[in-house]
Amino acid sequence: MSTDTPAELAQKALSIRRSIIAMLAHAQSGHTAGALGMADVFAVLYFAVANLDPRHPDKEDRDRILLSNGHICPVLYATLAEAGFFEKKDLYTLRQLDSRLQGHPHVGSLPGVENTSGPLGLGLSQACGLALAFQRDNKTNRVFCLMSDAELQEGQVWEALMFAGKYQLKQLTAVIDRNDIQISGSTNEVMSLEPLKQKLESFNWQVLEVEGHDFGQLIHAFHAASQTEYPTALICHTVPGKGVDFMENKFEWHGKAPTKEQAEQALAQLEQEPDD
Amino acid sequence: MTEKIKTTRDGFGRGLVEAAQKNQLIVGLNADLTDSTRMSAFAQQFPDRFVQVGVAEQNLAGVAAGFALAGKIPFAASYACFQPANCWGVIRTSIAYSNLNVKLVGGHAGLATGEDGATHQSLEDIALMRVLPNMTVIVPADGEEARKATLAAATHQGPVYLRTSKLETGVLTTPETPFDIGRAVLLRPGHTLTLVACGVMVARALQASARLEELGMSAAVLNMHTIKPLDIRALAMALERSPYLITLEDHQAAGGLGSAVAEYLSQQRKEFRLKIMAVKDTFGQSGQGNQLLDYYGLGVEQIIHTSQRVCAFNNCRSDSLNMLGLK
Ligand SMILES: Cc1ncc(C[n+]2csc(CCOP(=O)(O)OP(=O)(O)O)c2C)c(N)n1
Ligand SMILES: [Mg+2]
Repeated sequence: MSTDTPAELAQKALSIRRSIIAMLAHAQSGHTAGALGMADVFAVLYFAVANLDPRHPDKEDRDRILLSNGHICPVLYATLAEAGFFEKKDLYTLRQLDSRLQGHPHVGSLPGVENTSGPLGLGLSQACGLALAFQRDNKTNRVFCLMSDAELQEGQVWEALMFAGKYQLKQLTAVIDRNDIQISGSTNEVMSLEPLKQKLESFNWQVLEVEGHDFGQLIHAFHAASQTEYPTALICHTVPGKGVDFMENKFEWHGKAPTKEQAEQALAQLEQEPDD
Repeated sequence: MTEKIKTTRDGFGRGLVEAAQKNQLIVGLNADLTDSTRMSAFAQQFPDRFVQVGVAEQNLAGVAAGFALAGKIPFAASYACFQPANCWGVIRTSIAYSNLNVKLVGGHAGLATGEDGATHQSLEDIALMRVLPNMTVIVPADGEEARKATLAAATHQGPVYLRTSKLETGVLTTPETPFDIGRAVLLRPGHTLTLVACGVMVARALQASARLEELGMSAAVLNMHTIKPLDIRALAMALERSPYLITLEDHQAAGGLGSAVAEYLSQQRKEFRLKIMAVKDTFGQSGQGNQLLDYYGLGVEQIIHTSQRVCAFNNCRSDSLNMLGLK
């Protein structure tokens, strides 16, 4: 899949955001802020970076995109639907009985979902196992692990970081949503991660900090990640709730779905062309 | 109590504040689920006795053990799918084996959790905690009982696991209903069979019993709020009334309340027939809490149906009871 111009990617991201709002408003539960905040990163990764084929979701040489912070799965589902892994109308089954779109992603339930997550802190270890298996088999598939910032408070993440450093998993890219929110407030206040870049570097990772809504920077960073001998961490500075003014930077929107009225307001704001 | 408490998690929140007012040694620890486990009222009233550990359940349990070593009475809360599930080894050694005075709260337990799906529906925590020596396991039926259970846990010496839920249960007990750890409460008398239930299933057992009465069956409802230590006296009394028992829990059949009851029954000589109603070796999925309980075989209709079937064995000759392993 190759949509590479920033304007095209912005269009994709806008459409993904609209789907997120619509599906969450329909489900009446779920996580809004992180999902909206990561829409640009998802658009870049799925439409400009990763080697994927929605018609052959299981093809051997595909890159693997793992979602570790499973609660933002509305952005994953919306992106997969946008890419054609399944029909967009299925988005409206989110969180309902007998749906393939579980409240947190389940591998095997839906084409394009590569791992199970929900409990934070599990994904990077899964990604490490995949990447080392590829390395041992001399396969060049890239492995991307999408993560949240508060998730880095889990000890298992640091066990995985150490592991990736030791085995020089250069095929592995951890994409960290550095939005500085979690359930109880600002991540820096609840349990500070800083100095994050230095910590990750000291675990023998290449660390790149990017503006998570800048398509050019993102494309460049994903490229740089493929050019090194180390695992790469992309610290993506994002605005939680991005695109909807009454949600932006509000931790209260971490785990809340919009009401019908709020969704209408949000969709009205998501009609305009994105400014960048 | 002034206003009714709607859920067991709310009862915990209320009880924790009351317990903390009585005893300065009580501290509260949380892993970024302060509000949804209902520790926020405590955190606001006693900010210097509250500890936020971030999203880190192993550290949560371990730090709680440290507070207990210092003579405090820590209440550590998260969701049951993270505590005990993500930190069981820590609990085993640092808390249970050490026999420390730590109170662990597992919120959002069971299918009752609903839309978040299988990852968040802990169906294993009763088993995980029941298997640990020294551990007391409490699964309250409604908000008021959870409030009392919290107060009881605070004064009990030793590790306690308190399982709470976000589902509204209705009001089943009153401030006057007795609560003692390890002492089951007969909420409804009956002589045809006994429904032995815990947690959110108690409300359903009561509804089923009322309906069964219309159908001419008298089903006792025994609220087995403490899974460990199990109230074997209450079970023995139930068997005096009738050999038919049905256990009900929002948990896997393996290792939960039904298993505990079966373990007891297997060691005594009376005739019995036991049916375990629980989740049958499957994970849950997204859906509404009450809808899921029905879907996985724990609906009021299913309890009625099972009661009728279990008691149809009334007519069995005793040799067929033998064949079924029921003697
Ligand atoms: C092991 C574990 N503990 C607790 C939770 C509950 N929980 C869900 S999201 C979250 C933190 C939210 O912060 P972040 O991960 O940064 O996500 P954001 O709000 O930025 O989307 C927590 C504690 C969980 N999912 N997994
Ligand atoms: Mg965050």
